[in-house]
Amino acid sequence: MNNNQLKTMRDAFIETIYERMRKNHSIFFLSADMGAPALDKLRRDFKDRFINVGIAEQNLVNIATGLALENYIVYAYAIAPFITMRAYEQIRQNLSISSQIKPLNVNLIGLGAGLSYGLSGPSHHCLEDISIMRLMPNFTVFSPSDWKLAKDFVDYSIKVKMPKYLRFDGKPLPLIYGGINDLVLEKGFYELLKGKKVCLVSTGFMTHRALKVAKRLQNVGVIDMFLLKPVDEKSLFEALKKYECIITIEEAFINSGGLDSLISKILRDHQLNVKLKNLGFNDKHIFEVGDRDYLHKLNGLDEESIIKIIKNL
Amino acid sequence: MKKNLELIKLLEKKTSWARKETLSIHKIAPGTRLASSLSDVEIFATLYYGKILKFNPKNLKWEGRDRFIISKPHGAISLYPILADLGFFNKSELKRVGQKGSFLGGIPDTTVPGFETINGALGHGLGVACGVALGLKNKNSKSRVFVLLGDGELNEGAVWEAIMFAGHHKLSNLILIVDNNKISMLNYCKNIIDLSPLQEKFRVFKWKVKIVNGHNIKELYKSLKELKKEKGNYPKVLIANTIKGKGVSQLENDILCHIRVLKEDEIINAIKKIK
Repeated sequence: MNNNQLKTMRDAFIETIYERMRKNHSIFFLSADMGAPALDKLRRDFKDRFINVGIAEQNLVNIATGLALENYIVYAYAIAPFITMRAYEQIRQNLSISSQIKPLNVNLIGLGAGLSYGLSGPSHHCLEDISIMRLMPNFTVFSPSDWKLAKDFVDYSIKVKMPKYLRFDGKPLPLIYGGINDLVLEKGFYELLKGKKVCLVSTGFMTHRALKVAKRLQNVGVIDMFLLKPVDEKSLFEALKKYECIITIEEAFINSGGLDSLISKILRDHQLNVKLKNLGFNDKHIFEVGDRDYLHKLNGLDEESIIKIIKNL
Repeated sequence: MKKNLELIKLLEKKTSWARKETLSIHKIAPGTRLASSLSDVEIFATLYYGKILKFNPKNLKWEGRDRFIISKPHGAISLYPILADLGFFNKSELKRVGQKGSFLGGIPDTTVPGFETINGALGHGLGVACGVALGLKNKNSKSRVFVLLGDGELNEGAVWEAIMFAGHHKLSNLILIVDNNKISMLNYCKNIIDLSPLQEKFRVFKWKVKIVNGHNIKELYKSLKELKKEKGNYPKVLIANTIKGKGVSQLENDILCHIRVLKEDEIINAIKKIK
């Protein structure tokens, strides 16, 4: 596979869903008036199993719940901050609480993770979803870094009959996993680069940044966390314990229960004496206007800033 | 006709019994919402004993059952005795409501046999029911979805998302019953957000509307039967005009009855007064 092939996670995912919907008649795809190039074909060919519920994220989750109660496999698609936060109580009561008694296969697809929609301002930024979705019992939280991972997740999402949150980047991104064939989705992470002392642990878009940083330095490891819940803590600990310094990088608020908390917990539980640094966004919304790279730079998440941090360790 | 008359008598008898049982439950579990659970007793009795609903207590997952989604479960304590009476669970459980180890809590959920969904937070039931109705249509199922919604709950925005959706998608297998008991927690609903004329609001969203006295079993039974038979390609709503705290004078005359807890002697007296 050509690693420079840019593609959105949503298109790769929806193309595969389309193929599955042809054979599996128990799949529904719902959208809160959100589109995608790959969705046009699906809308046309599955008129009875594609429903645009309108700009109504609460009802999106409710309709998805009802269909799942009738044993359908449901995909519910909307902009990330809206599907998670507008419909948070629907998610909590109808999916998280309910699934503890009667598992429901509802897959919430949040489009525009992190600062994918940087220019649209703080209403469209999504820096909270990792934390707030991770704290929901009975949920799986998937945060892929490329479109191949997103595509590979389709069959997993059909098979695992529990509610899930899929955190998709809004922009086309190059492949990371193009040449990787030994990936185990259930393990939840992949050590993309093996390093010596320093390891960057990142998720989603920030894994692209971590790889660029690591390639400019020597002996820096990169672990891509694509399942933020559940976490195979044992395997992850085995991977982390080789390092002396761990830097978590997420396009999300830090100190709020996100990737940083997840890693801290594992280190703490095993009393692993390593240096830990957490990079992400501090406790402020972002009003500055500019593209994603610019906003990252303002918040110390650009390549140069991260390299400086590593050099100063 | 005679058969019908007998059925109405049976429903009335069961209603009185369920009302008394609800009061007895409130005695052992004072945290239960009594007033809300008394306005809908006739509705529950008619749906279950009047065989408006298709159900099978021995096979809760029976595909042919009608789905009954109770969006105001705090007001469904009165359904506990009915479900026990019909064999969904043992009647002895009624003496343990709210006690350690019981599965019958103050707000029923899906751990209670017969409850399809979890709805303690208000305003979700109708939207979920729309999804169920779509699913049943997709399966070409003849089953229907019944929903019980409180009128106070109509203040929740998500309810209107569902009302619009059901009308637009012509969910003809959906029957909504509004327990229009006219009182919310702190005041009459009309003093908080006046929704009158409620029937017009449903009509403009493409629903078929019927209005009934929710304590007149004969009318209730007839209306529900008619709505079930109705062939039109639209969702249906029965606005059941009810009285919050029905059957207990202290509650009926108290605007703040929603959270009122009756004392033991008040409960004993109230039970005596029910025919």
